[in-house]
Amino acid sequence: MVKRPLGWRYGVQVTTTASGRRTGRASTIALKLLMAVTGVVFVLYVLVHMYGNLMAFGGQETFDTYAHHLRELLTPMLPYGGFLWVMRVVLVASLVGHAGAAFALWSRANKARDQRYVVKKAVRATLSSRTMRWGGVALLAFVVFHLLHLTTHTIDPAGTGGDSPYLRLVEGFELWWVTLIYLVAMVALGMHLRHGAFSALQTLGLTSTKKRYRIAQGFGLTLAIVIAGGFSLVPLSVLVGIIQ
Amino acid sequence: MNLTLKIWRQASGDAQGEMKTYPIEDVSPDMSFLEMLDVLNERLTAQGEEPVAFDSDCREGICGMCGLMINGVAHGPEVTTTCQLHMRSFSDGDEITIEPWRASGFPVLRDLCVDRSAFDRIIAAGGYVSVNTGAAPDAHATPVPKENADRAFDAATCISCGACVAACPNGSASLFLGAKITHLAELPQGQAERHSRVLSMVHQHDLEGFGGCTNIGECTAVCPKEIPQDVIATLNHDMRHALWHRV
Ligand code: HEM
Ligand code: FES
Repeated sequence: MVKRPLGWRYGVQVTTTASGRRTGRASTIALKLLMAVTGVVFVLYVLVHMYGNLMAFGGQETFDTYAHHLRELLTPMLPYGGFLWVMRVVLVASLVGHAGAAFALWSRANKARDQRYVVKKAVRATLSSRTMRWGGVALLAFVVFHLLHLTTHTIDPAGTGGDSPYLRLVEGFELWWVTLIYLVAMVALGMHLRHGAFSALQTLGLTSTKKRYRIAQGFGLTLAIVIAGGFSLVPLSVLVGIIQ
Repeated sequence: MNLTLKIWRQASGDAQGEMKTYPIEDVSPDMSFLEMLDVLNERLTAQGEEPVAFDSDCREGICGMCGLMINGVAHGPEVTTTCQLHMRSFSDGDEITIEPWRASGFPVLRDLCVDRSAFDRIIAAGGYVSVNTGAAPDAHATPVPKENADRAFDAATCISCGACVAACPNGSASLFLGAKITHLAELPQGQAERHSRVLSMVHQHDLEGFGGCTNIGECTAVCPKEIPQDVIATLNHDMRHALWHRV
C-alpha cells in the first residue's frame, strides 16, 4: 500500500509548463495511443487479408494467382516476395508495440488495485470489453498456430504438401477440427474488434460528442461482424462443400 | 425491515482489515443509507464497540465526501451519491456488503474512509487557469458559444467523489481527469495552458498509481453526476495533441 503523510499534497511541486519527466511519453494514455495506432494497422491488414481469402470462391487458379501476385507486388522495385516482407516487418513491429503496451497496462491496472473487493459487480461492461486481455492472448496463440499452418507449413494436418496455397487451404478445412479452431478464433477476433474498434476511436479522441460516440459503438459492432463473418465464409464453405 | 450488514473493518491504514457481520433491525425505508449507518453506530457505541468510520459532509449529494461500495456497486443500486441513497432501494432480509473504495491511489485510513488527496494533487498539477483574473468580468466580455458552455458546465458537475476510480476494473481515474480537462478545454480561459495542463495532470494521475482506461464505461455507469464517457475522448484528444506538439 502506498503510504504518504496527509500533508504531502501541500509540498507537491507544481509547474504549469510541462518539463522534464512530464513529457508523457510513457503515460497510460501514450501507451493506449500506441495500442490504438497498431490496432488500426491490424484492422487494415486484416481487411486486405480477408479480401484475399474470398478469392478462394474463384477456384484454385484465381486463388493461387493472387497468392503469386502478392509476391510480385511492386517488383522490380522490390525483389520477389519483398512486399510481403515489408508487410511482415510492419506487422511484427505493430504486434510488439500492441502486446507490449497491453501487458504494461495490464500490470499497471493490477497494481492500481492492490486489494480486491469482496463483492464487485459489472454494471456496464460487455463480454467483449471484459475479455480484451485474455482474448488478445488467445488471438496471439491463434496467430502462432495459423502461421505454423499456412505460412511455414510446419503443421500440415491433411498431409497436403506441394506448393498450391489453395489446396492447403481446402484440404485443411475439410478436417472439422481445423475448421473449428479457425471459427473459434474468428469469434475471438470479432469480440476483440467489437470493443477494440470503438475503443481505438475513443483513445484517439475522435468521439467527443454524443453522436460520434454512438457512431463509434455501431462502427465497432459492424466491423466485427464484417471481419469475423467474412473470414468464416471460406472455412464454412469448404466444410459444406461449396468450395472443393 | 431487518437487514444483515457485512462491513469492512480496519482499525488504521497499517492494520489488517476484515469483513464483519452486523444484523440490524427495524430499519425504516425512509432512512437514508448513512442514517441507517448512524443508527448502527449508536448501537455499537452503546455496546461499547468502536463505531464504523465513514465519510460524509453535506448529505445532500453536492460535496462528494461520501462514497461506499455497496453490494459491489459504487454508491449502491441507484445512480446517486451514497448520502442520497435510501433504504427503500433494499428489501427486508437483504444482506448488504459495504466496502471502502479500493484503489492503491486511495489508501484506507480507517474502516470505510479512504484518503482521496490524490485527486487534490491531480488538480494542483494543472486543473486551473493560472492568471490573476481580478474582479469578475462583465458576463458578455468573453463570448462562449452555448454548446461549449453547456458541455463545460456538465463536466464541471463532477464532485470528485471517486466512484469512477472505485468502479473501474483498472483503477483508473480517467473519468475524473476527463471531466476536469473537458471543463477547461471547452472554455476560452482554458486554452492557453491546454497542452501543459493535460501533460501535467496525466503525469500526476499515473504517479498516484491509478491505472489506464480501457473504455469499458463502468465509471460513467456509477457516476452520481452522470458524467458521460465522451469527456475521456476529450482527455485523449488533448493528450494526443500535446504529445504531438512536443515531438
Ligand atoms: C497479440 C495479441 C493481442 C493482444 C494481447 C491484444 C490485447 C489488446 C488489449 C488489452 C487492448 C486494449 C483493450 C481495451 O481498450 O479495452 C487491445 C485493443 C485493440 N486491439 Fe488488440 N490484442 C492483440 C491482437 C490484436 C489483433 C490481431 C487485432 C486486430 C486484428 C487487434 C486490434 C485491436 C484494436 C483495434 C484495439 C483498440 C485499441 C484501443 O483500445 O485504443 N488486437 N488489444
Ligand atoms: S455527503 Fe456530500 S455528497 Fe454525499
